[in-house]
Amino acid sequence: MAHEATMSPLAHADDHGHDHHHETPNVFGFWLYLMTDCILFGSIFAAFAVLRNQFAGGPSGKELFDLTNVGIETAILLFSSITYGFASINAMAKNKTMVLVWLAITFVLGLSFVGLEVSEFSHMIAEGNGPDRSAFLSAFFTLVGTHGLHVTCGLIWMAVLMVQMMGPQDLSQRMMDKLTCLSLFWHFLDIVWICVFSFVYLAGVM
Amino acid sequence: MAQAHTTHDGSHGSYQSYIIGFVLAVVLTVASFAAVMTHALAPGMALAALGVLAVVQIVVHLVFFLHLNTSREQSWNLMCFIFAAASVVIIIGGTLFIMHDTAINMMSR
Repeated sequence: MAHEATMSPLAHADDHGHDHHHETPNVFGFWLYLMTDCILFGSIFAAFAVLRNQFAGGPSGKELFDLTNVGIETAILLFSSITYGFASINAMAKNKTMVLVWLAITFVLGLSFVGLEVSEFSHMIAEGNGPDRSAFLSAFFTLVGTHGLHVTCGLIWMAVLMVQMMGPQDLSQRMMDKLTCLSLFWHFLDIVWICVFSFVYLAGVM
Repeated sequence: MAQAHTTHDGSHGSYQSYIIGFVLAVVLTVASFAAVMTHALAPGMALAALGVLAVVQIVVHLVFFLHLNTSREQSWNLMCFIFAAASVVIIIGGTLFIMHDTAINMMSR
């Protein structure tokens, strides 16, 4: 790492000819951020685990959760993970058009995920089962909402990268780093979602 | 073309590795939903099954999508991940342990 840190971004750009792609310190720094995000989600999951049965006379997960909807959301996120993966492969091959195409598909999938989640939340709130109903629902909205907020930030980031990539220029090393960081972010959010659908939704309806 | 170019580049994956990861993830996700929706297992067993399937799927995603491996280049990433995972286990396990004990001693359940 020390050796990597002393190399300038330009030195990395010269590395291109070699088949072996080195990770720059930027990507490692972003990885460290993701690990702190991991601990943030761990704390919210801990709060949810403690409050999961505090219904205060309100509805439980069994009455609230629609597993078909959760299944569709899960499928969408999983598909968006593999479509981002295809964007990464095309970025390595310096095929910018295909990167943009796969990113656009990923963006649409992510947007429909957020759309489904917003409609689920607004239904629950309209029926009086908002975060103020019980400790269980406060914890639920905090946890699932934090994940949804992350996905929304990922979408904004993706849109910004797509705009920055448009135009005749080639994919720079700097842009490759940005794409790699967003890829880590996106796949990380899918991992968080595994825990959400397993321990919040599926465990909640049992 | 792209496949041939990237297959031996383990750190960034190929079409093949993404598809293998995707298929494994779909199988594990369907298994999780089936464990709950078919009511084939007792609740305790189903919860245990969910836990095991979730951990396996997380490992699948880490290996096939985040390209985490044990190579020298990734050693710092892996070490940071292990530290973060241990922290999360301590946070969640410790919280549940303390709050359970508190509930028992306060006779609140």
